[in-house]
Amino acid sequence: MLWSDLERLGRLWDPWREFEQMHRTLPKWASQSAIEFPAVNVWIAGDTAVITTELAGVDPQSIDISVVGKSITLRGSRDPEGLSGDESYHRRERWHGQFTKTIEMPFNIEAAKVEAKFTKGVLHISLPRAEAEKPKKITVKSD
Amino acid sequence: MADSSKEMHKKEVETPEKGEMTRARRIYTPAVDIIERKDDIIVTADMPGTDEKSVDITLEKNILNIYGKVETVIPEKHTLYISEYGLGDYQRAFTLAEEVDREKIQASVKNGVLKIILPKAEAVKTRKIAVKAEA
Repeated sequence: MLWSDLERLGRLWDPWREFEQMHRTLPKWASQSAIEFPAVNVWIAGDTAVITTELAGVDPQSIDISVVGKSITLRGSRDPEGLSGDESYHRRERWHGQFTKTIEMPFNIEAAKVEAKFTKGVLHISLPRAEAEKPKKITVKSD
Repeated sequence: MADSSKEMHKKEVETPEKGEMTRARRIYTPAVDIIERKDDIIVTADMPGTDEKSVDITLEKNILNIYGKVETVIPEKHTLYISEYGLGDYQRAFTLAEEVDREKIQASVKNGVLKIILPKAEAVKTRKIAVKAEA
């Protein structure tokens, strides 16, 4: 797709709309239990990828991220709230326990340059493509 | 793997509590834990993407309404490669069965988890009656 085509149509590129469209195309079952916890969104732009995942209440210190080749593994846990004698649950819906999830990227990851930050219970990881793998630009010489 | 008996993925609100929103946004039902203690009730809700400034709590009569606005951050110039969860706000309402001391309600948000402490009003606190042995 050419950028100029979009401009010609007078439409601005709207990532939000794109997100909504893609999300709506998912079958109902796919958005439910078939997805391994925690659910992730992965965004790609050229040589970088961004993973976001919602891990409310998880201690950022306890999140373990490891990278091997094309895959990235997230590990962590959230402890259940302990109750003392005269306390009782009226509702108990929040998840607790341990999780492990491996996500495959379309390229090898430069492990040394992976950055992760945790804000408002959302984990953001940025993954640059491995240097060795980046396409080389070859200049054409004329005689 | 986290406890599989729980609904771990986000659930979208089927019919919003207070009519539809003017903005076309998805609204999710946050998972909650409600714990009753001797003197108060604690409501804990998972609302990733919210902080103390974006959560709105109201108590009208005995309806406790929670609304969390999420600022969706979409990385610039990126295209979506895998989409497993949707983005949107959170909303949920509860009818409180017990009388709550409205002046002393406390709420805080940490790491995307909202915690509301609802102290019970003096009148409903269970009084412990000491049983004396007869002389």
